[in-house]
Amino acid sequence: MIGGLFIYNHKGEVLISRVYRDDIGRNAVDAFRVNVIHARQQVRSPVTNIARTSFFHVKRSNIWLAAVTKQNVNAAMVFEFLYKMCDVMTAYFGKISEENIKNNFVLIYELLDEILDFGYPQNSETGALKTFITQTGIKSQSKEEQSQITSQVTGQIGWRREGIKYRRNELFLDVLESVNLLMSPQGQVLSAHVSGRVVMKSYLSGMPECKFGMNDKIVIDKQGKGGATEEAAGKSGGGGGKQSIAIDDCTFHQCVRLSKFDAERSISFIPPDGECELMRYRTTKDIILPFRVIPLVREVGRTKLEVKVVIKSNFKPSLLAQKIEVRIPTPLNTSGVQVICMKGKAKYKASENAIVWKIKRMAGMKESQISAEIELLPTNDKKKWARPPISMNFEVPFAPSGLKVRYLKVFEPKLNYSDHDVIKWVRYIGRSGIYETRC
Amino acid sequence: MTDSKYFTTTKKGEIFELKAELNSDKKEKKKEAVKKVIASMTVGKDVSALFPDVVNCMQTDNLELKKLVYLYLMNYAKSQPDMAIMAVNTFVKDCEDANPLIRALAVRTMGCIRVDKITEYLCEPLRKCLKDEDPYVRKTAAVCVAKLHDINAQLVEDQGFLDTLKDLISDSNPMVVANAVAALSEIAESHPNSNLLDLNPQSINKLLTALNECTEWGQIFILDCLANYTPRDDRESQSICERVTPRLSHANSAVVLSAVKVLMKFMEMLPKDLDYYGTLLKKLAPPLVTLLSAEPELQYVALRNINLIVQKRPEILKHEMKVFFVKYNDPIYVKLEKLDIMIRLASQANIAQVLAELKEYATEVDVDFVRKAVRAIGRCAIKVEQSAERCVSTLLDLIQTKVNYVVQEAIVVIKDIFRKYPNKYESVIATLCENLDSLDEPEARAAMIWIVGEYAERIDNADELLESFLEGFHDESTQVQLQLLTAIVKLFLKKPTETQELVQQVLSLATQDSDNPDLRDRGYIYWRLLSTDPVAAKEVVLAEKPLISEETDLIEPTLLEELICHIGTLASVYHKPPSAFVEGSRGVMHKRLPARTGSGESTESPDVGTAAGGSAPEAAPSIIPSQGDLLGDLLNLDMAPPTTSGPPPPTTGMQMGGMDLLGGGLDSLLGGDLGGSPAMGAGFGAAPAVMPASLNAPVGGGLGDLFDLGGGVGMPMGAYIPPKIVWLPAMKAKGLEISGTFARRAGVIQMELILTNKAMSIMTDFAIQFNRNSFGLAPAGPLQVLTPLGPNQTIEVSLPLSTVGPVMKMDPLNNLQVAVKNNIDVFYFSCQYPISMLFVEDGKMERQVFLATWKDIPNDNESQFQIKDCHLNSDAASSKLQGSNIFTIAKRTVEGQDMLYMSIKLSNGIWVLAELRVQAGNPNYTISLKCRAPEVSQCVFQCYEAVLKN
Repeated sequence: MIGGLFIYNHKGEVLISRVYRDDIGRNAVDAFRVNVIHARQQVRSPVTNIARTSFFHVKRSNIWLAAVTKQNVNAAMVFEFLYKMCDVMTAYFGKISEENIKNNFVLIYELLDEILDFGYPQNSETGALKTFITQTGIKSQSKEEQSQITSQVTGQIGWRREGIKYRRNELFLDVLESVNLLMSPQGQVLSAHVSGRVVMKSYLSGMPECKFGMNDKIVIDKQGKGGATEEAAGKSGGGGGKQSIAIDDCTFHQCVRLSKFDAERSISFIPPDGECELMRYRTTKDIILPFRVIPLVREVGRTKLEVKVVIKSNFKPSLLAQKIEVRIPTPLNTSGVQVICMKGKAKYKASENAIVWKIKRMAGMKESQISAEIELLPTNDKKKWARPPISMNFEVPFAPSGLKVRYLKVFEPKLNYSDHDVIKWVRYIGRSGIYETRC
Repeated sequence: MTDSKYFTTTKKGEIFELKAELNSDKKEKKKEAVKKVIASMTVGKDVSALFPDVVNCMQTDNLELKKLVYLYLMNYAKSQPDMAIMAVNTFVKDCEDANPLIRALAVRTMGCIRVDKITEYLCEPLRKCLKDEDPYVRKTAAVCVAKLHDINAQLVEDQGFLDTLKDLISDSNPMVVANAVAALSEIAESHPNSNLLDLNPQSINKLLTALNECTEWGQIFILDCLANYTPRDDRESQSICERVTPRLSHANSAVVLSAVKVLMKFMEMLPKDLDYYGTLLKKLAPPLVTLLSAEPELQYVALRNINLIVQKRPEILKHEMKVFFVKYNDPIYVKLEKLDIMIRLASQANIAQVLAELKEYATEVDVDFVRKAVRAIGRCAIKVEQSAERCVSTLLDLIQTKVNYVVQEAIVVIKDIFRKYPNKYESVIATLCENLDSLDEPEARAAMIWIVGEYAERIDNADELLESFLEGFHDESTQVQLQLLTAIVKLFLKKPTETQELVQQVLSLATQDSDNPDLRDRGYIYWRLLSTDPVAAKEVVLAEKPLISEETDLIEPTLLEELICHIGTLASVYHKPPSAFVEGSRGVMHKRLPARTGSGESTESPDVGTAAGGSAPEAAPSIIPSQGDLLGDLLNLDMAPPTTSGPPPPTTGMQMGGMDLLGGGLDSLLGGDLGGSPAMGAGFGAAPAVMPASLNAPVGGGLGDLFDLGGGVGMPMGAYIPPKIVWLPAMKAKGLEISGTFARRAGVIQMELILTNKAMSIMTDFAIQFNRNSFGLAPAGPLQVLTPLGPNQTIEVSLPLSTVGPVMKMDPLNNLQVAVKNNIDVFYFSCQYPISMLFVEDGKMERQVFLATWKDIPNDNESQFQIKDCHLNSDAASSKLQGSNIFTIAKRTVEGQDMLYMSIKLSNGIWVLAELRVQAGNPNYTISLKCRAPEVSQCVFQCYEAVLKN
């Protein structure tokens, strides 16, 4: 199991050091600093073995978090724990920075004592932790409160406390998707997938039982066979009028009853209070690619490049894409660039070796074009320019996977509010993930 | 509130100030002071002097302050054990507190204080807490048992905590169950044979129920524990799989990977024609792909595991090639791993896509990545025959880029393609030759030279090309020198008329001016071959080479099976068994996949046997002990087969030549004129490969050799092991006494040591080192003394030895100088090992060879000895000697006298031939030894005596 946990600043100074196991000595702190933080070359692996001691590290801005062990630990668990640790710290004091860590070191030690016991991760749900690890010092609790805390920390529903009350029962569902594309210069899709998340913000009283439904192909097909008819509630939406989508795989927040999903493919849960990521999913079939990039690069002699890039939007004309940015890489020996674009603003950024073309808004089924002349300094460098792909950023108000929320039903057996009393909001946002076209 | 100010004070007299503040009456001031102390502790300052003052602050109702004091205690209690006792009362009192949070805190902290006296007081509170009404306290107490076990295992057993812990598996609270499982698993690991985790269908059922209810971490503990269970039959296996599959949809990647581990393991037991088997295979792919959208560090862990899964069950991911395409922004460690998996998944169906990708990668920036991409193209060519042509043309395109390292890498892989598809792509040689001058890396130069030599008849100016390399012969690396030597000899055999001068030049460079034993040996072999029988030389040097296959980079099956049992853990990331990187007994136990049960077995599935390879004999899985840099290993794509031009096939004329040369070479080595260059050990190791008798058996090879011999002679009796003697008396080593002996077990030389601590203090940090010695003996691993050695404690360890260490002639020859280090000092002693430890298992010579060798060794090298008072008959003697790898080749009876002819091979390739004369009724034997290195005779004789008389 995890033998110790260290937090360093960018210089390699220790900010937090907590040792859980006897086999980890103080020298482990220095070993990591010398061999990894101060190493000259780029990090070659997130797991480093120094003198039979293994170090797992993640970096957040310029802070290093390292977990140390001498045993054959579950490596995936260690990384998951480090990410969780970052989440918990962020939930308590915001951004992970040297200043914040120094300012909260007592709190961090207290957290580390609670969420890691003898190197075994314990309940690390912020909701539960916040009930008894506070920065204001522990309040004197009544006996009931105490046992409520402990039953929550160890209980089956560790992510939600009892007795939550809201005057207005409200919930927000965000379907956030990032669409990834790798396209060949000829316009052939090399790989495309959508990784999506359903984020739920709930302000509901009591212990509400929720049931979430979407246009999952497997569910719809099953219902179709059974003769049940339920109209697809699709008010918003982008491209094609698909009835159902094939989900390659999905994972759920720990509040979702997995065995029920496995058996009936129904998603039922008691949500944590506030925000949580209910579900992540991945699709690869029938993805609506919101933009198509058509590049044309021509080398004119040794000192000049001509670049022409056309982008085409491919969704309903009534919808608007926003924050569009096209990044066209330029060679290292670029001396000057002239750009002409039909729409938006384009600029050559020497420090980033790229032409950045920004368009605020663009409706569906439109096209726009940029052309640039790149002057090159003659070099005797034999190595050819690697021609990195042209990448794109954007945001569209629909789900490129075609996912639609069909319902989210809320039942609270003990309190007297029904599903109809809950105000529900659904929003779809599709963003670019790694959206690249080779040129 | 900002705490960062506590980090800033670094004045002198700080400790004094703090002391005053700690003793202040004001609570706030006290708390401030403790915070300062903790801050100093974090940055590594020694604040142990404040111990009593901090402990005084412990009795407080302020929980935050209490936690800080506890933190301090955990850090310093060990250095101040007597003072730590002061805290006991508070702990005991806190364990009775009305607030469960405080009870748990006390028991949690107490377990972290590794002071014997405190541990004694811990037992009672712990017993109570294990049965506490509050689950929070119980789950903390469960972990505390593991802590206590780590400090004092005996105490835990005596106090019956293990039973209480087992009871907690049936606890009503899922988190208590999970922690109890974690604690028990850990304790069970250090007692491999105990039946602690008594897993049976009932307890498995409990675990599976808890699995649905506990936290994500608890699910990991339970799944990892489940993976150690072996279901009784395929039906049970299936029902567990069914209940584990829902976990594949968990958001936590570690839960997913642990579930994959359980499924991969239990799948072994399912009959392949079962519908469920296919369903399960289909269910595994999507979650594995999803892992690739996690954060990069987790992606890396996932990819390393997928690499194993793809080798074990390629069918799972065969359609998922695209997800392994490298993204421009992937961190380099993810890119390299993806590339590896791409090659594994490459097949005729997807090769076009893969090649297009690889070509793209070959123009990237990162040199390592580009190199690997180029190599990958070569491997595709070898793996998918239909694509070979396209691969070659892609490689040629890359050579045209003239990027130095790309060209070199391409040439190295083209050489492999030539080996795989001879006489197909030789038209490209001209293009390759154009790039001769730009090659500056040994591997590429060697590859190019090999190509020129191999196809000398098609390259008009081959002699010029090779001659150009010859100018700087001595500056080249060994690899290039060897290759050049072979290439020129090939050239000579193909075009003898024009190249006689060249070949003489290279032979004299290799044999006379070089101090590299490999090179000289090879030079001599060629020289003699060419001068005695050019026809044989042609047969040997220009022999047809075996084709290479793509399977060379696969992980060895037993290791793969073990690693599959460790999916998700560090072992699967390193691709090494836990014993290779974990100290101590923990996790050293080898895990194996379960064997398929018979019940649902289909008769027509022939691959069942291979799939269930886990049931193969107990042969210790051969382990890759190298501790080298991981990425180094990865990049070191299997170039082994083609680097040398392949061992020549055996011919009888050749055998004698080879032996002769070797003997000569070794003689001079033992003579000490070259005095232990490190390469020499390797030289010894490599040399016997030329000898056909040992072609299949690596020097000092393990069980394989035994089995080889098994056919002919039956299993040998146990080897002779001298009794243990005291090597290092306690007086000379500040209380450490070492006695020991040497043994050869299953082909491995072992140094068996008994360490006794006769001093008053604890000894730790043991390490061992050898001085250079005659046969290059060196420890093959660290000295496995794991627990500190307490006063009057004794520990037996056996240290495997290798014979590839640095060589230096010792007097006597079998003298070994050893240094042992511990936390107190370094001690030196010397001991003598029986040379029979070095007799290897393949030391049985062919009769003819024996005869010829016997004649060939000059009579000056013969020495005669008498063995007195031995009452064995010749057959008993022969079988006794065979136990120590002294092989009887022939027996002759002349006038009532038995003459036994025997051969021995030492680990460094020296052969010793012996003639033992036994006369019935005469207890005195006469023995004649003949060896090219007569120095060893005395030692060998001593061995005969020792073996026969024991």
